[in-house]
Amino acid sequence: MSSVPRFWRNLGSRYNLEGTRCKECENYFYPPRNFCVNCRRSGQIEPYKFKGTGEIVTYTLIHTAAEGFESQSPYTLAIIKLDEGPSLTSQVVGDPEKMHIGMRVKSIFRKLGEGGERGMIYYGTKFTPADT
Amino acid sequence: MTIGIVSYGAYVPRYRIKIEEIARLWGDDAEALKNGLMVYEKSVPDIDEDAATIAVEAARYAMARSGVSPDRIGAVYTGSESHPYAVKPTSTIVAQAIGATPEMTAADFEFACKAGTAAVQACMGLVGSGMIDLGMAIGADVSQGAPSDALEYTAAAGGVACLIGRKESELAAIIEGTYSYTTDTPDFWRREGMPYPEHGGRFTGEPGYFKHVTNGAKGLLKKLETKPEDYDYAVFHQPNGKFPAKAAKMLGFTQAQIEPGLVVPRIGNTYSGSCLMGIAATLDQAKPGDRIFATAFGSGAGSDAFSITVTDRIEEIRNMAPTVSELIKDPIYIDYAKYAKHKGKIRLA
Amino acid sequence: MPSIKARSAWPENGVSIMRDVAIIGVKNTNFGELWDQALRDIVVEAGIGAIEDAGASGKEIDALYVGNMSAGRFIDQEHIGALIADYSGLSKNLHIPATRVEAACASGGLALRQAIMSVASGHSDIVVAAGAEKMTDVGTEEASSALAAAADREWEGMAGATFPGLYAMIAKLHMHRYGTTSEQLAEVAVKNHKNGHFNPIAQYKNIITVDDVLKSIMVADPLHIFDCSPITDGASAVVLAPADIAHKYTDTPIYIRATTQASDTIALHDRRDITTLDATVMAAKRAYSMAKLRPEDIDLVEVHDCFTIAEICAIEDLGFAEKGKGGIVTANGETAIGGRIPVNTSGGLKACGHPVGATGIKQAVEVVTQLRGEAGKRQVAGAEYGMTHNVGGSGATAVVHIFSRER
Repeated sequence: MSSVPRFWRNLGSRYNLEGTRCKECENYFYPPRNFCVNCRRSGQIEPYKFKGTGEIVTYTLIHTAAEGFESQSPYTLAIIKLDEGPSLTSQVVGDPEKMHIGMRVKSIFRKLGEGGERGMIYYGTKFTPADT
Repeated sequence: MTIGIVSYGAYVPRYRIKIEEIARLWGDDAEALKNGLMVYEKSVPDIDEDAATIAVEAARYAMARSGVSPDRIGAVYTGSESHPYAVKPTSTIVAQAIGATPEMTAADFEFACKAGTAAVQACMGLVGSGMIDLGMAIGADVSQGAPSDALEYTAAAGGVACLIGRKESELAAIIEGTYSYTTDTPDFWRREGMPYPEHGGRFTGEPGYFKHVTNGAKGLLKKLETKPEDYDYAVFHQPNGKFPAKAAKMLGFTQAQIEPGLVVPRIGNTYSGSCLMGIAATLDQAKPGDRIFATAFGSGAGSDAFSITVTDRIEEIRNMAPTVSELIKDPIYIDYAKYAKHKGKIRLA
Repeated sequence: MPSIKARSAWPENGVSIMRDVAIIGVKNTNFGELWDQALRDIVVEAGIGAIEDAGASGKEIDALYVGNMSAGRFIDQEHIGALIADYSGLSKNLHIPATRVEAACASGGLALRQAIMSVASGHSDIVVAAGAEKMTDVGTEEASSALAAAADREWEGMAGATFPGLYAMIAKLHMHRYGTTSEQLAEVAVKNHKNGHFNPIAQYKNIITVDDVLKSIMVADPLHIFDCSPITDGASAVVLAPADIAHKYTDTPIYIRATTQASDTIALHDRRDITTLDATVMAAKRAYSMAKLRPEDIDLVEVHDCFTIAEICAIEDLGFAEKGKGGIVTANGETAIGGRIPVNTSGGLKACGHPVGATGIKQAVEVVTQLRGEAGKRQVAGAEYGMTHNVGGSGATAVVHIFSRER
C-alpha cells in the first residue's frame, strides 16, 4: 500500500469516481482506462465522472483481513456494478446481515487505510446501502 | 454588500453510545449525568471515518444543495480540533473531493469549538471584498474525551459545511452582521502530541463560555441595534444541553427560540461543528423571512456571533440533501469496547 | 460463450514445423513446511531428481526454465533463473541459458509451456522445466500479502481484497445462480484429502469430512479455512526431449499433445462472467483442438483448486460438467478416483499443497506418473490421456496441457 506517488496519481479517481469512457464504442471504464479494450487504437477516450450509484453483483464478508485492513475486520467486500456499466471492487459499509446480491448502493467518502502511524492516510470511495 | 449562505450541508456518523454505557464503565451515576448535562447519547465515528471524511460528506451535501459549479469556489477553510494530520491540511482533501481545485486558496483553522465559525468569517471577508466568488467554510470534528473524564460523556463526531457567497439570487440566508469577542483565556487546551485535552473544570463556565458568549451576543445586538425578540430562533454553542439554555436566559432569549437548534441531547457536542449544527438544524425548518441569532464559542477563548435572515430560496434547496433530523434518525448503538476501538483508544499493533 | 479461434501449433494439414515433445523424467520434492531447506536446495533436489529419472546427463541440458511467482517478496531474491542454474551446477562450466517465468500461480504451467515450445521449435533438445516456491521464510500475513499481488493491487488490493475474498465472491454468485452449496464445496476438499492420503509427497495426508470443513473457521464467507489451499514450500521438475529421441532415455516417454495458454482481465470485476474463467475455457478449447480430443477422452485431470470453488468452476470450464453443475458432479463422486473423470489424484492444491511456482510442474509430474502406471494407490486404471490446468490469480492466466501415453 505505502507508495505516495502511486496513491497520489489516482487521487481523483479514488475520491471522485473519475473514470473514462470511449466515445467510439460508448463503453464506460471505472477504474479508468486510457486505452479502450474494445476498440484499442480506434477508440476515443475521454474523462467521465461516475454518479456513484449501482448494485451489488456479488459480495463476501472477509474475516481474515488484507494487510493494513485488520482494524476494519470483518468487512464486506463486494463487486459493484455502477449504473453506467462498469464494475469495481469495494468495501460496503453497513450491516452484513442486510447485504444481498442486487442490493442498491451509493458512494461515500471514507478512509481506505494508512501507511502506519507515521504514514500517509489513504482516502477514497466506499459504498453503502442506498437506503441509508 | 450582501453576504450570506448559499447552501449548507451537515453530516453525523451513524454510531451512538449512550451515557449509561460510558457510566457503566466508570461506575458513574448515569441518571444524574443525563439530568445534569441534558445529553443522552453521543455520536461515534465509524472505524474508517475521521474529521476529513466528515468534512467531505458535509461539503458534498452543501454542494448538492447549492447547484453551483465547484470551480467557482475560491477558498476552502476547515476548522477542527481533530484534524487527521498535524501538518497537511484537511481543506485540500475536501477541496479535491468536491472538485474545487486547483484555482483556489485553502488552509485549516483551529480555535476549539469555534474553528468552523472562524472559517465562516474568513470566507465572508474574502467574498465580501471581492477577492473570491464563493467560499466553503467547514467545522468538523471527531473530538476525543479522556477516558473517565467528564468530557468523555459529550465529546462527539460531526460536521457542517456552509457555502458563502454574495449573489443575492443565490443566497438561502443573508448574514447581516457578525461580531466577535476574543481574549486569551486558558479554559481548555491540548498540547501537541497529547491524545486528550485538559480543561479547567468549573473554570470553563463563567470565565470561559458565559463571559464570551454573553459579550459576543450583546456586542452583535448592540452593533445591529436588534433585540432578542426580533429573532425567531437562537443558536448557542452547545457543549451540553444546559449551557445554551442558561446563556439564552441570561441574554433574554427563550427556550422555544433555542429548541429547534438544540441537537446536543441526541448527538453530543460536535465541537467545531456544534454551533453550525444548530444553525443547520434551524435552517432545516426555518421559513423565508425568519431571523436566526447564533453565537459560537471556542475555548482559548472567543465567541463569534451572527445575525441571519432566511430567504425564499431556503425552501428550494432544503430537501436536496439530508436534514439534520434525517441524518440522526437511525442510530446504531454500540458498546464501550467498540466505541474505544473506533476512537483509537485501543492501541492496535 | 466467448468466440474462439483455436490456434494450433501443430497444423492439421501441410508440413508441421513443430516437433513432437515428450517428458522423459520427473521429480517432486516433499511439499510442506520445509524449514531446513532454502529455495535453492529444493529446486536442485527436484531438478537433479528429474534428470536422474530421465537417465540424462547434465552436459546434455540445453536450457532451464524455472517457474517462480514471488521469490522477491518471500526470500528477497530475484534473478531466480541464474540462481538455480548456478546451484544446479549448470552455469559455472556449462553456461546454459536459464529463464525465470512468472504468471502468478500459473508460473509453473507457463514454465512448462515455454520449455515445450523451445523443444518443439527445434531450438533446444533436452530442456528442464522446474517450478518452486519457498513461502515459509516470511510470516503468514506477509505471504498472503505477496500472493495478493496476483490480483489488481491498485483496484482490488487497495479496496481490501484478499485472494480468499475474491474466490469467495465467485462462490457466492455461483451459489446464488446455480444453487451450489457449501457442502458441495466441502466435498472437493474431502476428495482431495482422500487422494492426498495416498500421495507420499503431499503436505496433508489426513482424511477430513464435510463436517470438518464446515466447522473450520470462516476466512471469507462462504469459504472456510479448509476450503483454501495452504502455504507450502516445494519444488518439482520435468525433463523434456524431442519425441523422436525419447526412447534413448526412457521406456515410458509421455507425449505432449497440447500446450495452450489464454489470458483474461486481471481484475475479477472486469470479467465477462464472474462465475466463468474465460481464460480456462479458451485454453481448454484450444487444447482440445490442438490434440484433436474431446473432454470425454480425458482420463484424469489436475485442476487448479486454489479454493474449493475453483475446482468446481474448473471442471465446468474445462468441459467436464455443465456450467453450474460442478458441485453436483463432485458430490456424486464423478470426480473421485474410479469416477467418470478423476480430478486431482495428487491431492490437488488443497491437500498436496500449493508452493505457487511449483504447482504447474507438479501437476505435470502427477499426470506423467499416472500415464506411466506408477501412481500406486492413486492409480487411474488404464489411463491414456491426462490434462493439467494451471491458473494465475483469479483467472487472468490459464495454462492447459494434454498428455498421452501413446505418441
